[in-house]
Amino acid sequence: MTKSVLALAADDIRAGRYAGLSIGAWRWLAAGGAVALAVALPFAASKYQVFELTMVMIYAIAVLGLNILTGYNGQISLGHGGFFAAGAYTTAILMQRYGVPYWATLPPAALVSFVLGVLFGLPALRFEGPYLALVTLAMAVAVPQFLKYFDTWTGGVQGINLIKVKPPSGIGLDHDRWLYFVVLVILVLAMRVAANLLHGRSGRALVAIRDHPIAAAAMGIPTARYKTLAFGTSTMFTGVAGALAAIVIGYVSPEGYSVFLSLSFLVGSAVGGIATIGGAIVGGLFIQFVPNLANDISDAAPWAVYGLAMLLFMYAMPRGVVGSLEPWLRRLSRRIRPHDAAMRK
Amino acid sequence: MAPILQLTALKAFYGQSEVLHGIDIAVEDGGMAVLLGANGAGKTTTLRAICGMVRCEGDIVFAGEPLQGRSTEAIANLGVAHVPEGRGTFIGLTVEENLRLGAYTRPAGRDANIERMYGYFPILAERRRQQAGALSGGQQQMLAIARALMMAPRLLVLDEPSFGLAPRVVEDIFTIVERIRKEERVSVLLVEQNATLALELADHAYLIETGYVVAAGTAKQLADDPQIRRSYLGY
Amino acid sequence: MHEFLQQVFSGLASGAVYASLALALVMIYRSTELVNFAQGEMAMFSTYIAWTLVNAGLPFWAAFVITLAVSFLGGMAIERVIVRPVENAPVFAAVVVCIGLLLIFNSLAGFLFTYTVQDFPSPFPDRPVLGALMTTRDLGVIAVTLVMLALLFAFFRFTTTGLAMRAAAQNPESARLCGIRVGRMLAIGWGLAALIGATAGIMVAPVLFLDPNMMSGVLLYAFAGALLGGITSPVGAVVGGLIVGVTENLVGTYLIATQLKLTVALALIIIVLVLRPNGLFGTAVVRRV
Repeated sequence: MTKSVLALAADDIRAGRYAGLSIGAWRWLAAGGAVALAVALPFAASKYQVFELTMVMIYAIAVLGLNILTGYNGQISLGHGGFFAAGAYTTAILMQRYGVPYWATLPPAALVSFVLGVLFGLPALRFEGPYLALVTLAMAVAVPQFLKYFDTWTGGVQGINLIKVKPPSGIGLDHDRWLYFVVLVILVLAMRVAANLLHGRSGRALVAIRDHPIAAAAMGIPTARYKTLAFGTSTMFTGVAGALAAIVIGYVSPEGYSVFLSLSFLVGSAVGGIATIGGAIVGGLFIQFVPNLANDISDAAPWAVYGLAMLLFMYAMPRGVVGSLEPWLRRLSRRIRPHDAAMRK
Repeated sequence: MAPILQLTALKAFYGQSEVLHGIDIAVEDGGMAVLLGANGAGKTTTLRAICGMVRCEGDIVFAGEPLQGRSTEAIANLGVAHVPEGRGTFIGLTVEENLRLGAYTRPAGRDANIERMYGYFPILAERRRQQAGALSGGQQQMLAIARALMMAPRLLVLDEPSFGLAPRVVEDIFTIVERIRKEERVSVLLVEQNATLALELADHAYLIETGYVVAAGTAKQLADDPQIRRSYLGY
Repeated sequence: MHEFLQQVFSGLASGAVYASLALALVMIYRSTELVNFAQGEMAMFSTYIAWTLVNAGLPFWAAFVITLAVSFLGGMAIERVIVRPVENAPVFAAVVVCIGLLLIFNSLAGFLFTYTVQDFPSPFPDRPVLGALMTTRDLGVIAVTLVMLALLFAFFRFTTTGLAMRAAAQNPESARLCGIRVGRMLAIGWGLAALIGATAGIMVAPVLFLDPNMMSGVLLYAFAGALLGGITSPVGAVVGGLIVGVTENLVGTYLIATQLKLTVALALIIIVLVLRPNGLFGTAVVRRV
């Protein structure tokens, strides 16, 4: 007896084939499509839109840093704005005072924020839950104040103006588009590094520490070392994002790194999905575009609309956009890698 | 006389898994029924289903009232007092405060009732102002039962009252439970791993294995059954 | 010495405000394991309500009582409508909801009442007393706080509802088995916290002057005070708040100018927490394996 089209399709899906392609093939197609879209976009968009998209990617890198800490490690940080600022000011000071070219400031910015994170992570080990929240919040509060106080280095309240980046001659890209691609490459690199980190041995250790700290220690996982390194890595990502932001915007000042920025990162992380890598991009989109949309809806009380958006997202998708989609994607795929399933809490 | 509690074709679910596969249990008015079975058989799940703490299908009728779909608090208000696994005492509150909480649904005559509980459990009177967490396991069990009785329930549901207690203490507790059953005219549904003791006291017994009732009858019938004797009574 | 004591007493007065807000935070944390980051903005909004009533001609204490009642009902409504959907969700969802609530209240206040800094009347005259060690205003703030704390203590200790709320916070499942409607207890808890917060806001507004950002610093100090005392301990919240108030004042007077005062005070508190990671009165959670 011949089967109907629907029955044949159902057979296909059970065997892991969709419209003739396996789920693996679809994954490659999707990734390729995303890359193609990302490369083509800046040529279709206006300069300002390109700038906005660049900021989305920068925030995505920052949120990715937060995800490494918060989602995979279970530690809550309300202070990542401070590390963002650390990266930004490292770049700004190096560029403006010492004339270092912009791309050469990235490694020092990464190093500075990594070291700061490790230094912070060591005492932070003692704290959990709301206590850790306070300690990180103190960081977020302290950083703008220090920036204003040590004004010989930081330019104080005036801030520092950075020289505009000149794209390399011969490539044919203007300033905005050149920076877009620089940030895009770093974002892809960051996502790759994060994925390797987290899906490898270290990642499993981090999840073990998050879910069953006592069992993890009993198994011989050096929890203190991993937790501290997780902190440092997380702040390094966010610090690099800050450095990029300084380069792209061309200006740093203490006002731009308030507690609100730290809270925004946290919200972006939650909205995207705290233990996800793709969610960081959703978070970046949220942080960049929703405040503007809120302003369009109500210019009298835009932050109220922003806050309302946060509430609605959390009611609809308490695990974040990517976090909520994941069970669906898993149901479609029968060949999911075994350690992926354990990663998502 | 109609049974005070009747479970018919009861199924219970944890998430997507079905853990009770359609069980029938009845507790006679004024009687004591015991659920026996190994760990994980579904005994505690049955009790939790009665109190609305687990998703279920089927019929649960208590004193003529259907219980399915009602909230735990509402069921408590109807006259079902559940002493959960692990006793569930409020360890941060004093003994007397625990008893006062038992009277939440029956505030009338609260102080007199508290004195009556101290009559059943003199050791609690001695420790009335102590934090419940400082009591020994046996004393906490007594406190949990006393608190349940403060609700003036028609049905007392006890989940493994002997758990973790020394044999002497267990005997004391069961003696008191038997006395309470007669004097307070409460029906009792008991889950116990200590089958010997439970079968001595109960009128009816049910044996549950992996979500099914595999044996049911009077306590004497189950106690006399050679297979049950071998598996659960040890001889 | 005289100046030192003056600063201590003045610190106690601001500490009383921090203690109140800290107590509100602890109450909500005990029942829902959530730090309500919006507590300060809710208190600020309540203060604006009081301000509106006073401007409409009501005598101060009438406005005070009405504001407390409105805040209580508002707090209950917020728990029921806004927080309950995420009470059983992952903790980050609840945190984001609180942050969203913070933004909504702040922005609404600015929209309804403008960002102009306003005067707020104090029912207590500002006269020096006790040989100029304190002012009557400071004494008044401390007195109001003490009365409120005493009433709260009596409520939780001696009333049935108070007992039921303590039970629901400690062990919600057992509380349900006793017939207690845990959801209603949570709502009352949020109502009381809002009421306490409103008191704190009204007491501090004459000093800080009323504007939508009035309470953000207060919230931070209250949060620190609550943790210093132990996030699960009401007594700790009060003690912690008072210590933070005094510390803030002393640091500001003897150590460093206003700008870095907040950072230094926080640093000191964190040093204490390093030594006692669960706060002064907090209980370490014993985790059984």
